[in-house]
Amino acid sequence: MNPPVNNTGVSLQVRGLRKSFGGQEVLRGVDLDVRPGEIFVIMGPSGSGKSVLLKHLIGLESPDAGEILINGESIESADIAAKYRMALVFQSGALLNSLTVGENVGLYLTEHRLKSPAEIERIVAEQLETVGLAEAVNKMPAELSGGMKKRAAIARALVIDPQLILYDEPTSELDPLSAVVIGDEILELKRKIHVTSVVVSHDRDLAFGVADRIAIIHEGRILTVGTPDEVKRFNDPLIQRFLHADFKRDPQSKTL
Amino acid sequence: MFQNIGEIVLLFWRTLCALPFAWRQRQKVFDQFFEIGNASLLMVCVLSFFIGAVIALQTGPVLVERGLASAVGGIVGISVAKELAPVMMAILIAGRIGSAMAAEIGSMRVYQEIDALRTMNINPIHYLVLPRVLAIAIALPLLVVFAILVGWFGGAVVAATNGRIGIPFQAFFDGLRDIVDLKDVANGLFKSFCFAVIIGAVSCHQGLVTIGGPRGIGRSVTKAVVNSIVLIVIFDYILTRFLLK
Repeated sequence: MNPPVNNTGVSLQVRGLRKSFGGQEVLRGVDLDVRPGEIFVIMGPSGSGKSVLLKHLIGLESPDAGEILINGESIESADIAAKYRMALVFQSGALLNSLTVGENVGLYLTEHRLKSPAEIERIVAEQLETVGLAEAVNKMPAELSGGMKKRAAIARALVIDPQLILYDEPTSELDPLSAVVIGDEILELKRKIHVTSVVVSHDRDLAFGVADRIAIIHEGRILTVGTPDEVKRFNDPLIQRFLHADFKRDPQSKTL
Repeated sequence: MFQNIGEIVLLFWRTLCALPFAWRQRQKVFDQFFEIGNASLLMVCVLSFFIGAVIALQTGPVLVERGLASAVGGIVGISVAKELAPVMMAILIAGRIGSAMAAEIGSMRVYQEIDALRTMNINPIHYLVLPRVLAIAIALPLLVVFAILVGWFGGAVVAATNGRIGIPFQAFFDGLRDIVDLKDVANGLFKSFCFAVIIGAVSCHQGLVTIGGPRGIGRSVTKAVVNSIVLIVIFDYILTRFLLK
């Protein structure tokens, strides 16, 4: 099952994507082009439709209108999952709580019977080593910290040998050091396996640190797409406010 | 309500279609089977002993007074085998196991574990529903066999020890053998198999449609148990009517 098609990432096109939940339109005609092997970051404030868009990209949601193409083929075609290897790293990690970390990481291979148990054990150990979790192989997800769960989820995605990997808020709830580790991981994967990466985040440091290109989404519409420098220079008050928002503390105020 | 019933029937049909994959999921079926047996066997024995005992206590004195002592074993035997053991055990399992199934699958749904399975091209029906429905469909009839035997024993103990009944063990089981035959036991087991499928399908369905956080999981668990019990009672009537022919 899922024989390798090629070792490079896939291209991704989104055309006129629309989605409503209970009468509220969350995506209002989204158009995007993601090139093979690039790290494409979708940024936007909370509730702007980022995660819903990501779920559409991997087929967890069906659009009301529009289409998503992987290497020019509709994501809704029957054999797309067999043809292209795609993985999603969930915001929460979404590790199966009843399985150990090792079993979680090897689940895809075990369930599809792609390798022998000994081979699976070797691959799991290798992938956990890659994300620095070799010692956690027999731990249960409940015993891991937030950052470790995310790294285990990345290891689980890597086992698929993905051509497209999607990250949902990979650095949320993480301390800055763990966030840097995750960012480095995303860059390393691009360098090592040339995977196409789509990262949904509102973490500006991560976005400008790893992205080849960035799209800004607001209220279900893409406001702009460009390289980090182009986005920084984009002359739109909303984008500038989003990119430069910071705490302002009155120097006169006193702490108790 | 009708949408729910339609979804449950559809889930059951998809589970039937997944049956050719059952051998691949045998370890999970065995794990679930062990879980059901381990969690329920003692409770089944205690419950069925007292069910048999109370039927003997209710009917024994009345029948003995009217010179029908030989019928006590038969009445306890047939009511336990055909009705009380299958229905009461199904209700017990709906509360004990159906609720656990709905809670486990519901929390997997809420915490995106089922979405994670789908992104790995793993069918949640093959991975989660099939092993559970198969395990309960095998386990419940076996538990009902235990329940019938222990229920008969409970009735015999009360019949022998209660001063107003006073029927010896041998006479109780002679009377039981006169009235109850293998077909009656088979009827009870067939009913319990149907109830098991109902509990499995309803509970897994409720788990899969769970929305919201912990409150949503709680709601699903309650609905799974209540809907299972309502359907068990309705199907008990339908099956009894059908099996009486």
